Amino acid sequence: MFDPKQLQEVAEGRKGYEADVEKALAKNPERKDKFTTGGGIPLKRIYTPEDLECLDYTKDIGFPGRYPYVRGVQPTMYRGRFWTMRQYAGFATAEDSNKRYRYLLSQGTTGLSVAFDLPTQIGYDSDDPMAIGEVGKVGVAIDSLADAEILFDQIPLDKVSTSMTINAPAAVLLAMYIAVAEKQGVPMCELSGTIQNDILKEYIARGTYIFPPKPSMRLITDIFDFCSRNIPKWNTISISGYHIREAGSTAIQEVAFTLADGIAYIEAAIKAGQDPNVFGKRLSFFFNSHNDFLEEVAKFRAARKIWAKIMKDRFGVTNKNAQMLRFHTQTAGCTLTAQQAENNIVRVAVQTMAAVCGGTQSLHTNSLDEALALPTDKSVRIALRTQQIVAYESGIANTVDPLAGSYAIEALTKQIEDGAWEYINKIDELGGMMTAIEKGYPQKHIQDASYDYQKSIESGDRIIVGVNKFQIEEDTSDRKLLKVDASVGENQVKRLRAMKETRDNVKVRECLEDVRRGAKGNENLMPLILEAVRHYATEGEICGVLREEFGEYKENVVL
Amino acid sequence: MDRKIRVVIAKPGLDGHDRGAKVIARAFRDAGMEVIYTGLRQTPEQIVNTAIQEDADAIGVSILSGAHEYCFKAIMDLLREKNATDIIVFGGGVIPESDYPTLLGFGVGAIFGPGTPTTEAIEWLRKAVAEKRAKEVQA
Repeated sequence: MFDPKQLQEVAEGRKGYEADVEKALAKNPERKDKFTTGGGIPLKRIYTPEDLECLDYTKDIGFPGRYPYVRGVQPTMYRGRFWTMRQYAGFATAEDSNKRYRYLLSQGTTGLSVAFDLPTQIGYDSDDPMAIGEVGKVGVAIDSLADAEILFDQIPLDKVSTSMTINAPAAVLLAMYIAVAEKQGVPMCELSGTIQNDILKEYIARGTYIFPPKPSMRLITDIFDFCSRNIPKWNTISISGYHIREAGSTAIQEVAFTLADGIAYIEAAIKAGQDPNVFGKRLSFFFNSHNDFLEEVAKFRAARKIWAKIMKDRFGVTNKNAQMLRFHTQTAGCTLTAQQAENNIVRVAVQTMAAVCGGTQSLHTNSLDEALALPTDKSVRIALRTQQIVAYESGIANTVDPLAGSYAIEALTKQIEDGAWEYINKIDELGGMMTAIEKGYPQKHIQDASYDYQKSIESGDRIIVGVNKFQIEEDTSDRKLLKVDASVGENQVKRLRAMKETRDNVKVRECLEDVRRGAKGNENLMPLILEAVRHYATEGEICGVLREEFGEYKENVVL
Repeated sequence: MDRKIRVVIAKPGLDGHDRGAKVIARAFRDAGMEVIYTGLRQTPEQIVNTAIQEDADAIGVSILSGAHEYCFKAIMDLLREKNATDIIVFGGGVIPESDYPTLLGFGVGAIFGPGTPTTEAIEWLRKAVAEKRAKEVQA
């Protein structure tokens, strides 16, 4: 990127600088012997043009909206439109959550994001014995279309895009969304949104799986095909690194394991006869925005470059939209502290800036109290304002990819890219991600990284403000936290039982038998699930049939 | 001289967050204890049965899903039912401090919230097991 004469001058200049460094160190040693990024990449004292010697601007960095998309996926990025401010929310009942969604929309969020409770995420109705104590606690309880109708009450689904964090039972929740829209008079083809639908990361790091890998992949590719034909603006999957990072992985592992999961999904869909130039356009991704600002910005840029290369070179994809890595980001929950929780506002602000400098398409910012509980109205408002302040007041959204060309950023982008390729190639050698998961490969790496992280905190090498330095005695007795009461579960069960009395139970049984027939065969399950949902079959009933036909995944316990 | 401490680390209910459970399990193992990690989706019955079968000194329960009151109470009730109240129960995860008194009231020995160093949990458990064994010798 620089001519040899310039580099020669820089090399000579650096010798003088290094002599200065020796003198400075003699007087005042540096704070540490070794500096690394949060994810463990050694960080040099200074980066210069020499670090970018092998890079070619056009080939390796390029322009936004053009291959390899390092600088972003649209030509004008945030000058055209800010990232979607999409706050993940949901708790207790559909009414409570609906109220929170309408509050968020009134405060300026530009998209919805639904958090479901654990029974819903794992295909259990609120009256299932496995659901005791869990109903409505980490998200909203949705048992049937009746609850979904309340959830989206007064929310026009032709105008608002919705992301649903649902994986194993994604087909059922997507069907409910379609059915609610039908009742609003909105045809499927106009719907816009996302389902997470990423089972591989459930096996690796998140744990809300139901079925074994093969039938899970079948459900996923059925959804790809159904949406390609019927819901062109729907993101059929959100291939996630967020949770892998939350489980303790490094930044490089986050990128590598996510993209390796992506490769597995592409291969499965191709095997099912689908064209990556078509379904590839509607894959999306989901990354973490962690504490180390420079590393995170570099990470997002590296991810775009690697994915573009994988789509073009490995899968022969020519459609530009299918080459682009579009992603949602969430600020890192695992970095938030219970101690001096107000400091979390600052952490989230730094993480927001990293996501914006990294070119995210949409963003969720965590609330200050989320190390303790689900957020209150007030704390979620502050989290939203954080995004708005960065958008409107910081200036970083007013020019595209502002940190490009920084010697440190471009060097780190290249290092993360190289490091991720090493893991991706290793996973290929193991036989692909599904085999790697069976062998415990990603799980072991994540665990080792998370143990190292904890040890670095306890040794004092890694400082967490308020936790192992700058601690105070806190009186938190008047802190107001959101609490979900046991009565939520009791009332939800009553409501579910009442609903079952009013529906056409004969028709429901027929629909469930159709789902069973479909599960045994090869036809696309989406239309069958949609019909069952329209007649108020519950999520638990539909998943119950699928559990019987597909079996249940048994965790590969890796310690 | 002293029998190694045997501790079951358990993930009850539907919560899939196992980073903390795995870190504490490894920390206990590195501290010389014998650790049995149950994996996810354990019912209270399964947890108590594992602890009894494994002749465990203690059960460490990790829970971040808000279902802690139900889970801890169920575990303590089962230990009483099966005459296994000598097994020490402790926990960690995302549990509001305001709920600690209720859990301790059930008979849970300690709750180690976010930010607790692993050394604190290790020392507490060593002390609790030593006290328990001293009582057993006297009895």
